[in-house]
Amino acid sequence: MLRDITLGQYYQTESVIHRLDPRVKLGGTLLYIISVFLFRNFLGYGVAAIFLATVIGLSRVPFRFIVKGMKAIVFLLLITVVFNLFLTPGTELVSVWKLTVTVEGLRTAVTMAVRLTMLIIGSSLMTLTTTPNNLTDGMESMMKPFKVFHVPVHEVAMIMSIALRFIPILLEETDKIMKAQIARGADFETGNIIKRARALVPILVPLFISAFRRANDLAMAMEARCYRGGEGRTKMKPLIYQRRDRLGYLCIFVYLVVSVAAGRL
Amino acid sequence: MPIILDHVNYIYGEDGPLAVKALDDVCLQIPDGQFVGIIGHTGSGKSTLVQHMNGLLKATSGHIYFGGEDIYDKDFRMKKLRSKVGLVFQYPEHQLFEIDVFSDVCFGPKNLGMDQKEAELKAFDALRKVGLPAELYYQSPFELSGGQKRRAAIAGVLAMAPEVLILDEPTAGLDPKGRDEILHQIKELQIQTGMTILLVSHSMEDVAEYVDRIIVMNKGKVMYDDVPQKVFSHYRELEEVGLAAPQVTYILHALKDRGFQVDENATTTDEAVETILRSLGK
Amino acid sequence: MGIIRTKELVYEYIRRDEEGNVEGITTAVDKVNLDVQAGEFIAILGHNGSGKSTLAKHINAILNPTEGTVWVDGMDTAEEEHIWDIRQRAGMVFQNPDNQIIGQVVEEDVGFGPENMGVPTKEIWERVEESLRAVGMYEYRRHSPNKLSGGQKQRVSIAGVLAMHPKCIVLDEPTAMLDPKGRKEVIRAVRGLNQVEGITVVLITHYMEEIIHADRVFVMDNGRIAMEGTPREIFSQVERLKALRLDVPQVTLLAHELREKGVRLPEGILTVEELADALAFLAEG
Repeated sequence: MLRDITLGQYYQTESVIHRLDPRVKLGGTLLYIISVFLFRNFLGYGVAAIFLATVIGLSRVPFRFIVKGMKAIVFLLLITVVFNLFLTPGTELVSVWKLTVTVEGLRTAVTMAVRLTMLIIGSSLMTLTTTPNNLTDGMESMMKPFKVFHVPVHEVAMIMSIALRFIPILLEETDKIMKAQIARGADFETGNIIKRARALVPILVPLFISAFRRANDLAMAMEARCYRGGEGRTKMKPLIYQRRDRLGYLCIFVYLVVSVAAGRL
Repeated sequence: MPIILDHVNYIYGEDGPLAVKALDDVCLQIPDGQFVGIIGHTGSGKSTLVQHMNGLLKATSGHIYFGGEDIYDKDFRMKKLRSKVGLVFQYPEHQLFEIDVFSDVCFGPKNLGMDQKEAELKAFDALRKVGLPAELYYQSPFELSGGQKRRAAIAGVLAMAPEVLILDEPTAGLDPKGRDEILHQIKELQIQTGMTILLVSHSMEDVAEYVDRIIVMNKGKVMYDDVPQKVFSHYRELEEVGLAAPQVTYILHALKDRGFQVDENATTTDEAVETILRSLGK
Repeated sequence: MGIIRTKELVYEYIRRDEEGNVEGITTAVDKVNLDVQAGEFIAILGHNGSGKSTLAKHINAILNPTEGTVWVDGMDTAEEEHIWDIRQRAGMVFQNPDNQIIGQVVEEDVGFGPENMGVPTKEIWERVEESLRAVGMYEYRRHSPNKLSGGQKQRVSIAGVLAMHPKCIVLDEPTAMLDPKGRKEVIRAVRGLNQVEGITVVLITHYMEEIIHADRVFVMDNGRIAMEGTPREIFSQVERLKALRLDVPQVTLLAHELREKGVRLPEGILTVEELADALAFLAEG
């Protein structure tokens, strides 16, 4: 079930977008999201859509794959649309039974739907084209200024990358423990909520114990390999801006100016 | 009750691009009371195979019969199968969760719907059978030593009073003495109760002494299925798939090549000593 | 002085019950004296709970002695200022292959140690390449560790230590969780390090087949060194080993039992060939 969620899962292929520095992608995505919230008319969305389509084209991620990932959140999108459609007060457009659709409601609903979709596609495109590792590196690098305020930037990045490494291992372990308890006659499928919640104890206790044991082992292994925090550490894969990255920033800047200008006419 | 596997296939990630055939046309019969060794290296399909025998994995195609009943029939009760075919996973101590050993062993029988008293009787019986000292029954399972934890976990399955006991690498990670102790205990159990036992292992040497029959798995297929002597006579083929016959087999073949009149089918150290002494005229 | 030396090393820990009251003191390592020369291949044997892992963790300064002293390359492990130098000189590989790989890509994991040491980027890449080649894992450099077999994961861990350019590697039961194929791969890699790279190896194990190539073997029991000698000397004492919860390779056991029955074989036979030759020699003579 868990592997059905493909929203934003890294898609392996060769493309300009894949090769871009993660900082460009992170910064670009942030500016793109802000731009989408600044538009007052549909022309802005039009510019944004063209930009998005161009980036998708360049990324070589099949559009089908992106749409497949969207399925998981269609429900969320529908709720937003429905709520906006029926609950916005204003000039009546159609009225059926107790439900009224207003002109303003229709407008907000459509705007919200478009905004959310563009937002989700845009940000999932970033994770689709950037390995989790690269992403963590990018974040660490961009957050560096916050070190002044004693934000443990390096530590947070390290925790994230360790979590990413151990998620598959712990998922496999959960599966194994679950099977072992089923073999001992445990039942996770029938009964009311309380009964089912209690049935999870034989899974959660061993899982926590295992997670702690792994954490302990890992900490020891890291210390044995001279890990002592971010101070004085070098990087095997340091982030260095290339020509294409500067070009990337330029494109984003041009997009921002054009789209906001068009969107606020 | 006997278990019969009829042309069983199992494919992992069936519709994905990485589909792997984990079991390939497996046909087997496990009669009552046999002590069977299932041998294969990691990824040979041996663990997948035993998980089919108590219904934890469902075959992609083929049939499995337990006591004559098809376990994939709509009205077949899987829970009953799981109580009759006990499966002890690899590193079973990782599933212990209760506050003391005794309550943990009671978990299985209680799940089968036994009342407290009956479950406790079964638990006592199981703990006695695995040879765990009585003073440990009310200790936290997490305070036991590695070998003791393993025994407690095996008792947890045994307490469900299965007719067939499957153990997936029960000696993994134990030291040589701990390994011998567990294997002896399992053999003892089989003699006492007449239970069918399937022992999954990647070590021929470990199982050679104990089992009546060896099933060798390779790439999801049954490669050999015979008495140990017959299986080990294929030691060259076994070597090719990354398995090894007991060292005794190699010694006896080396002696035979040097003109000794030895019986190369001996599989244990004792048998080898006997045949070598005889060939030396003693 | 040897590369690793311990003098009257004692390690004790306090056992507490659930309320935190002291239940007793366990002596995990008891007056151990070791002297390992550079370039040696040392094996430490012992059953579970014999104190062999506790001893190993002292060499990497993960544990500090309760009494006595440990020197690595002349540095006292109890002195705080040497700790990182010691960890760089004496690398450590642990038992569980999953719990010591930090990187999500093989090459990044191997680079982790050098990164921590502040090695320049270009040199990290060189070190990663040579280390992965040394253990035969270079083709897997871009793979996710999760997709590798146990033996391959352990070889990546060894490469990770190797990239730190240590003088000595301590392996704490690196094969305990592997199948026979994985065990062979790892032992082959370890022997390569010792013979080709000249790195001092301390291998901790309870598999007897793995120590046949060691220069010296120490057998631990109850925190003490119970036996010491060459593999041949150790294996000739079958009864003693059994009393220490260990066993011997089947060939050695067979030779031992034949001797008991009056066959005049030499002591400490280690391989199939040796036994067959010795028997053939007897039959002719």
